[in-house]
Amino acid sequence: MQSRRVFLKQGACAFVSLGFAPSFLTRTAFAAGASGRPKLLIAIFQRGAVDGLSVIVPFGDPDYYRARPSIAIARPNGGEHASIDLDGFFALNPRLQPLKPLWDARQLAVVHACGSPDSTRSHFDAQDYMETATPGVKNTTDGWLNRYLHAKQTSDATPFRAVALTPQLPRTLQGSAAALAVTQIGQFGIRAGQASDIVGASFEAEYAAAADRVLNGTGREAFDAIKMLKIADPSRYQPERGADYPRSPFGQALKQIAQLAKSNVGLEVAFADVGGWDTHVNQGAGEGQLAGRLDDFSRSIAALALDLGDRLDDTVVLTMSEFGRAVNENGNRGTDHGHGNVMLVIGGGVRGGHVYGRWPGLAVERRYDSRDLAVTTDFRDVFGEIVVRHMGVTDADPIFPGHPTRPDNFPGLFA
Amino acid sequence: MTARLAVALLGLGGIFCVGQRVPHARAASFPQDDRTIVHVLNRLGFGPRPGDVERVRRLGVQRYIDEQLHPERVADPGLQTRLAGLETLGLSSRAIAEQYERPAIEARRQQQRQQQTLMKMDASGAEEPPKQPTTEQRRANQVVQELAEQKVLRAVYSERQLQEVLTDFWFNHFNVDARKGADRFLLTEYEREAIRPHVLGKFRDLLEATAKSPAMLFYLDNWMSASPQDPGMPPYRIVRGRFGSPMFVPRRPRPAAQKKNAQRGLNENYGRELMELHTLGVDGGYTQHDVTEVARAFTGWTIQQPRQGGGFGFEARLHDDGEKIVLGHRIKAGGGMKDGEQVLDLLAAHPSTAHFIATKLVRRFVSDTPPSSLVDRAAARFTATGGDLRETMRTILTSREFLSPDAYRAKVKTPFEFVVSAARATGADVINAATLVRAVQQLGMPLYQCQPPTGYADSADAWVNTGALVNRMNFATQIATVVSRQSSVVSLQPSPVSQSSSSDAGRSLLSVALNDDVSEATRTTIARATTPAQMIALVLGAPEFQRR
Repeated sequence: MQSRRVFLKQGACAFVSLGFAPSFLTRTAFAAGASGRPKLLIAIFQRGAVDGLSVIVPFGDPDYYRARPSIAIARPNGGEHASIDLDGFFALNPRLQPLKPLWDARQLAVVHACGSPDSTRSHFDAQDYMETATPGVKNTTDGWLNRYLHAKQTSDATPFRAVALTPQLPRTLQGSAAALAVTQIGQFGIRAGQASDIVGASFEAEYAAAADRVLNGTGREAFDAIKMLKIADPSRYQPERGADYPRSPFGQALKQIAQLAKSNVGLEVAFADVGGWDTHVNQGAGEGQLAGRLDDFSRSIAALALDLGDRLDDTVVLTMSEFGRAVNENGNRGTDHGHGNVMLVIGGGVRGGHVYGRWPGLAVERRYDSRDLAVTTDFRDVFGEIVVRHMGVTDADPIFPGHPTRPDNFPGLFA
Repeated sequence: MTARLAVALLGLGGIFCVGQRVPHARAASFPQDDRTIVHVLNRLGFGPRPGDVERVRRLGVQRYIDEQLHPERVADPGLQTRLAGLETLGLSSRAIAEQYERPAIEARRQQQRQQQTLMKMDASGAEEPPKQPTTEQRRANQVVQELAEQKVLRAVYSERQLQEVLTDFWFNHFNVDARKGADRFLLTEYEREAIRPHVLGKFRDLLEATAKSPAMLFYLDNWMSASPQDPGMPPYRIVRGRFGSPMFVPRRPRPAAQKKNAQRGLNENYGRELMELHTLGVDGGYTQHDVTEVARAFTGWTIQQPRQGGGFGFEARLHDDGEKIVLGHRIKAGGGMKDGEQVLDLLAAHPSTAHFIATKLVRRFVSDTPPSSLVDRAAARFTATGGDLRETMRTILTSREFLSPDAYRAKVKTPFEFVVSAARATGADVINAATLVRAVQQLGMPLYQCQPPTGYADSADAWVNTGALVNRMNFATQIATVVSRQSSVVSLQPSPVSQSSSSDAGRSLLSVALNDDVSEATRTTIARATTPAQMIALVLGAPEFQRR
């Protein structure tokens, strides 16, 4: 494994040859040396509303099997493609087997019946609400992860403090704090074929001389970032400990997040998303459409956790999806839009091996609108606990306007 | 070359001295120097094309501004040819629904039926192959794609530049996101009929056109808002399609027992945004009570035959016919559809609206920090003329603040402005507008896909960040390659930069794009470029070209 010290040594040599060192790089190195490894949050959005009842299966709830005659996941030990028991009531989807070791190591926690106080069943609105963390309020301009970046001001922020492995900056990272969207970190830089270096240096000269303070400052940061990435060369961090990322876009996104994390470029918040969860038709059970998506999902996350090694101690991986799906299967062996859902929280510091949240039950009279899993944990309390207890924010109220932070409401994911 | 030489010789004086000395510039005293002309071309339009400075100089700045305020007087002969291939632009929402939306829905159903059959045949439940979009689904995507291409083409080529800038401004003010369900089939008509005709008309007309547009009714949910007291139900229910696109299905009568779970009742979404974003502004002096009252007034404003691209309709049985008190004004019971119109009257005439609209316009046309003196004058003009947007614009565009040195290059271009101005400055012959649409998207501003109803931000901090800047330089490099090689991706005819000598190319583009007004570093860097492509890239990617 490439250590920070080695990187700095190489970095310093490289900068000598360039004649200067980006100021924030020296700051970062100094701060990291003084205060240990920085905390990292990796947020994963499952766009399209994953069926949480198939992800973490409430096999102990008799109404589950009544509601889903053809798509329920079989009880543990119920033959091929049966679910994997977690605690005698909940079980993992068989395709989440790659995450079972994390559960056993108490590094995987589950928050079930979790979601939004808003009733919308529109993907569009619900994703918006989850990313802004202002359910019911549509005109919030910034995302909650961006507000986090504000709430935890840091003097040694690098351009790689917040990175989304997406073509565009997701709503949750939009706002006035700097955040970067990039799909191929190896391609971040000035691309002009063989003339890339010359053109890059020319642009740099233009921006360095600009009297325009805004563009001058941002220009300098941009070229510092390009150099930083070139020197750090994240691509040389190949997966360790046998971590085997799927070749899917999601797997490759997580692989790049691990590379950024290992290359010590100041990564604090990373974001990736993965789609294909809107299973109205032929959802499948232990096999089939949803199982295929979960296979990619779980193998990617398992590879990330393995690859991060002891960095996982300072990392939280959080999965979210805009809402759950209706309890009853529909006429097309699929599920329609519902309400409460499940979140996974993974990390060395997480009190894992436990399903958090009160289970409301799946009996019709216990359901939301008589049809959906009710929400017993507001998703903002999961976010809130992570930013307070993992990321070290002292006052989370500005991150969650209209939802004052109350530790009593935290699920209890951290000691 | 003569004209370009003249540009350089005329110098930089006008904007500073004349603009400041004359408090209210009139026709006779309007500065005519090239720097002012470039400023005007950058603000009333999307930046200078080769030859534009000369044309405005011949016409006079004042007359140019006046002409732009009356787009109907500006001939625009080349535009229709540019838009000719885009077949959906002139279609009604009804025609789009018939020709694009319904075939896509039908194709999806067909696909689902096939899956069902396959599944029955293959009981083992093997994983499905990834689904390919059908021809019909691709055709459905074409609607927004063509809309985005027309937006780029108009911005690049229309002679009615101010109309294009204002259409962009007002669409953004009354933003609707194409990704919300059926809205992607409604935006063509929305922009063409609710926004564009009114951008230099009366604000009240613009407001009502958006309020009654199916696009807005759907986007902000008013179409399904119903009186909470009403025992009836919305005439339509929403069914979610495969990718969450809501579809409208006429309601069938249901047993009474099920009614209580149906989605119905008051929806305050439009009422809130109408005041916060469209008229009064967030500090405009309304309360949550006003939001509820306004929402009650708009109950029954819905969409007729939604799935067939139907227009606005008033559904009396959804309407809350009781009395409402809005901002202290009483709206009497029994007003029916007129309740909503009375609210629009109240809001359009409210002083907060004049101030809010004036502030946003001054921010767009003058500076990120709108001078309060000008905001006050523009708001007063707005009020005095009954919300006449042409007169409000005239106050702004002929103000000393607009022509002051503080305003010169005070605005950072949005990605859309940057891409369009680059195409204009190079004199590009844009054959494939999709390339530019994609570029705008890659720079973080996908056209017609701004999620929040606030629209895109209009200030530098939203658009200047590390990643965005690198992307802009890369776009400059890409378009430069195309311009210099005349590649087939976007076929560009670089009229001012087609000289054989590469240094001529750089100088002339620098003159057209930036009036030769750049830092010494930019100038020498460009002079050192070894190929035309590098030179073009270094002009368009320069810090000076990021501003307007």
